[in-house]
Formats: sequence, C-alpha cells, structure tokens
Amino acid sequence: MGTKRMNASRRNFLKKSAALAGTILATSALAPFNAIIFAAGEPEDKTKIWYGIGIDIEKCIGCGMCAKACKSENNVPKEPFYYRSWVEQYTIKNDGSINVVSPNGGIDGFTQTVPEEELFKTFFVPKMCNHCAKSPCTQVCPVGATFESPEGITLVDKEYCIGCAYCIQACPYGCRYLHPVTKTADKCTLCYHRITKGLKPACVEVCPTGARIYGDLNDKEGELHKFLKEHNCQVLKPNLNTGSKLFYNGLSAEVR
Amino acid sequence: MPVQLKTLIPLFAVFIILFLIARHFLIPDSFGKYGHYRANSIDEIAALPINYAGKAVCIDCHDTEAELLASDAHAGLSCEVCHGPNAKHADDYEIKEYLIKQGTREFCGRCHSLNPARKIEVINQIDIKEHHPEKENCIDCHNPHAVWELKE
Ligand code: HEC
Ligand code: HEC
Ligand code: HEC
Ligand code: HEC
Repeated sequence: MGTKRMNASRRNFLKKSAALAGTILATSALAPFNAIIFAAGEPEDKTKIWYGIGIDIEKCIGCGMCAKACKSENNVPKEPFYYRSWVEQYTIKNDGSINVVSPNGGIDGFTQTVPEEELFKTFFVPKMCNHCAKSPCTQVCPVGATFESPEGITLVDKEYCIGCAYCIQACPYGCRYLHPVTKTADKCTLCYHRITKGLKPACVEVCPTGARIYGDLNDKEGELHKFLKEHNCQVLKPNLNTGSKLFYNGLSAEVR
Repeated sequence: MPVQLKTLIPLFAVFIILFLIARHFLIPDSFGKYGHYRANSIDEIAALPINYAGKAVCIDCHDTEAELLASDAHAGLSCEVCHGPNAKHADDYEIKEYLIKQGTREFCGRCHSLNPARKIEVINQIDIKEHHPEKENCIDCHNPHAVWELKE
C-alpha cells in the first residue's frame, strides 16, 4: 500500500512539474528577454517619449562642469550638501582600501593626492537622479507631491510638497535634498524646462567629452539606444529593482 | 429602526456632505488627470526660465569664434563651459556682466591637469605648474578657441 501511494504522488508531482515548466517556457516566448526593459520595467505608452540617461565613465574626466552647471541652471543653493548632480572620485589602493571623495560635489574640480605607485585604480562617477521606472521615492509621498511624469521623469510639485522628507529617506541613491529656503524636497528634473524647449539638459550641454547623453528609450534609432547597444551598461544597485533609467558604461563593482 | 440610528444617520449625512464640500475645494483642478498628482505642476516646471542658452544660440551671432572653435581640438566644447551661463546675454547682448573670460592655469587645469583617473585617450594632460611656466596664463600662448594657434 505504502509503495502504491508513493508512486501515485510521484507521478502527480512529475506531471505538475512538467506542466509548470511548460507554462514558464511558453510565457517566456510571449515576452522575450529585453535588456533595457529588464532593467527599467516597461513604459506605459510605447509610442510616446520615455526618457533615459546614459553616462560613459570611461569618458568622464572629472572636470565637474556638469555639477557646476546644474547649480547655475536650477538655482540650487550654493553651499555644499545641496546637489542635484555631483561627481565622485573613487580611489582604490593596492592594499584594497576604497576611498570615495566628492569635494563640494566636484564643482571646484579634483586633485589626486595618492601617489601613482600606490594606486590600483581610480575613476570618476557622475551621479544624479536615476529617474527610476519604479521610483521608491514617489511611492512614499503621502500627499502626491512627487510623481513620475508621462515622459518618465520624476518630478516634485513645489506647491504641494509638505516637506516631510520621506522621499529623501526613500531614495537609495541620495539624489534628493530639502531646499533650505522653500523647505520642500528638491531634485534633478532632467532639466525638464530645457528639454521641453528642445534644449539639452545643462549637464549634457556643458560636458566637454560627450560622456553624458540623454534620450528616448522608446526610440529604437535614437542616440540612447545606440549607446546601450554598443556598450555594456549597468545601473546602480540593480538588486533593489528600482527600474533605474540611468545607464552607466564601465561601472565598477565598487560603486555604491 | 433603533432610536440611536435615527439620530446618528442625519449627523453622519451632514459630516459626509461637509467632507465632500471641503474635498471639492481642497483638491486642485488638475489633480488626478494623469495620476495621483497635480497635472498642472508639470507645466509650471516646464515654464521655469533657462540660464544656459545653448551652443546653437551663441553660434548664431559669434560665427568667427564658432568657426575657430570647430576647427580645432576644442570643437566638442560648448561656449558656456568657459563663458558661464548666458541666456541673459543671448537675449540682450548689451548684458555682458555675467560673461566669464577665464584662461588661467587653474581654470584650464580643471580639465587638463594631471589626474590618473583621466584617460589619456580622452583628454591630453599637462602638469599645470611645470608646463611652460614662462607665461602666467594658458591663454597667453594658446588661443582658447583654436588651441593650437599659439601666440609667441
Ligand atoms: C544676439 C546676438 C548674440 C548672441 C545670441 C550671443 N552674443 Fe555674445 N556678443 C554679441 C555682441 C554684439 C557682442 C559684442 C558686444 C560689445 O562688444 O559691446 C558680444 C560679446 C560677447 C563676448 C565678449 C564680451 C566682452 O567682454 O568682450 C563673449 C565672451 C560672448 N559674447 C559670448 C557669448 C556666448 C557664450 C553666447 C551664447 C550664450 C553669446 N555670446 C550669444 C552678440 C551675441
Ligand atoms: C576653452 C574655453 C572656451 C570656449 C569653449 C569658448 N571660449 Fe570664448 N573665450 C575664452 C577665453 C578664455 C576668452 C578670452 C580671450 C582673451 O581674453 O584673449 C574668450 C573670448 C571670447 C570672445 C571675446 C573675443 C574678443 O576678441 O574679445 C567671444 C566673443 C567668445 N569668446 C565667444 C565664444 C563662443 C561663441 C564660443 C562657442 C562657439 C566660445 N567663445 C567658446 C574661452 C572659451
Ligand atoms: C571643460 C574642459 C576643458 C577646458 C576647461 C579646457 N579644455 Fe582643452 N580640451 C578639452 C578637451 C575635451 C579636449 C580634446 C581632447 C584632446 O584632444 O585632448 C581639449 C584639447 C585641448 C588641447 C589640444 C590637446 C591635443 O592633444 O591636441 C589643448 C592645447 C587645450 N585643450 C588647451 C586648453 C587651454 C589652454 C584651456 C584653457 C583656456 C583649455 N584647454 C580648457 C577640454 C577642456
Ligand atoms: C609659453 C606658452 C604656453 C603656455 C603658457 C601654455 N602652453 Fe600648452 N603648449 C605650448 C606648446 C608650445 C605646446 C606644444 C607641446 C609642448 O611644447 O609641450 C603645448 C602643448 C599643450 C598641450 C598638449 C600636450 C601634449 O602632450 O601634446 C596641452 C593639453 C596644453 N598645452 C595645455 C596647456 C594648458 C592647460 C596651459 C595652462 C596651464 C598651457 N598649455 C599653457 C605652449 C604653452
């Protein structure tokens, strides 16, 4: 008796497993794997503009002009700690220690103080809002003051924000700050007031080496698609499943 | 119907009506048009003034400098990297007080000073203290627009 029952349940188990495997295979054929979608989730409307950003770390020379331009363009308070966009320099020494510096957000430029023979490697990482498709920051807003625009840009409604700073806590990339004058949350808008007028975002405009690009992720012939096709890009903290739309080429695993 | 309910129902009705009236006035017009936010705020953000005019605008009036710049290694640079944000000047060229004209060792060094994090294929670097110290500023020799046009 015992053997019979075991056989029946084993057969059932095998049947169910086969059915499950079949379904998974069938659904995976329905929605083929797509590298970009994988990272960022799917746009609501594939016929409209859906913005993303690309940063080429190989090309970044750490001049900090982007961080400087961002402050001038968006009237961000001049004192340190308020940044919409900033640059970090990573220094990894031969003994394995990692040092990250961002003096005044990189606005005054960088100097490397570690002597060459101690260096394992060093590079710059420009940071800004990732304009996530599944933004953790917009989800926590209690009043609906921060949201993702139809173009996929995360914005803050200054009039409606109550300054509770939940979103500042929620952003895993540290891209928000509380404006000291208005006492509302403030962040990168991908220069929404510029791109809607047909201009480039200020940081892209001033970048001397073309390390920054932005564009429409729905445009298969666009500059951003070309960038993603030709480079091995990665997003920051992919494990958090934020659907980040800021793609880095040459991102080192040390970058947090 | 129990007597408590008879007295409570009108009270609740009044509360609910008051709540709906208050809600009607408190919720802004465009709230909820696209999602759980005020749709008009998008237009408000889009209407903010710009500070960087963009290279295409500068080129319209300054064709001499634009040609020089395009002819040499600095072709990829935007005018406003060096001259600062100048939408005001582009609107009215009499406004010149925000124009920066820097060619100091420190300024050029932001991009050209030696730093192992800078790839030599991307940018050529020099030691800003040791490189031709006989002249004070970089633009005493290099033309900032056409960098290989050297003044002697
Ligand atoms: C509407 C045409 C116009 C546009 C657009 C324009 N300029 Fe000018 N700019 C002028 C004129 C005219 C002068 C000369 C003014 C004078 O000498 O009185 C000038 C002068 C200058 C000077 C020299 C100022 C000085 O002190 O000698 C600089 C630098 C300059 N412009 C940079 C720019 C930049 C950068 C832009 C783009 C943001 C720009 N201009 C856009 C017309 C323009
Ligand atoms: C690498 C930095 C740099 C870039 C890029 C740059 N300039 Fe200049 N520009 C300078 C400097 C430095 C001076 C001052 C030169 C001097 O005083 O001899 C100057 C001077 C000028 C002048 C005044 C010339 C004169 O004879 O007084 C004009 C006009 C000008 N630039 C326009 C432009 C325009 C237009 C662009 C973009 C097409 C541009 N510049 C890009 C650095 C730059
Ligand atoms: C915003 C960054 C930036 C600034 C500021 C800047 N440059 Fe450049 N420069 C570049 C880039 C990018 C190149 C092109 C890459 C290359 O060829 O090295 C370049 C190229 C050059 C070259 C040619 C190098 C070569 O190998 O052909 C010279 C010379 C030069 N710059 C001098 C200057 C001087 C002088 C100044 C100050 C007036 C200056 N630069 C300011 C970014 C900058
Ligand atoms: C006395 C004139 C003079 C001054 C001042 C000067 N340069 Fe040069 N620069 C030259 C000459 C000449 C060359 C050609 C190569 C050489 O002699 O090093 C050159 C070459 C360069 C190169 C290319 C280096 C290479 O290896 O090809 C860069 C970049 C450069 N200069 C940037 C600057 C910057 C930035 C400054 C300001 C800190 C500056 N120069 C100041 C005369 C000068």
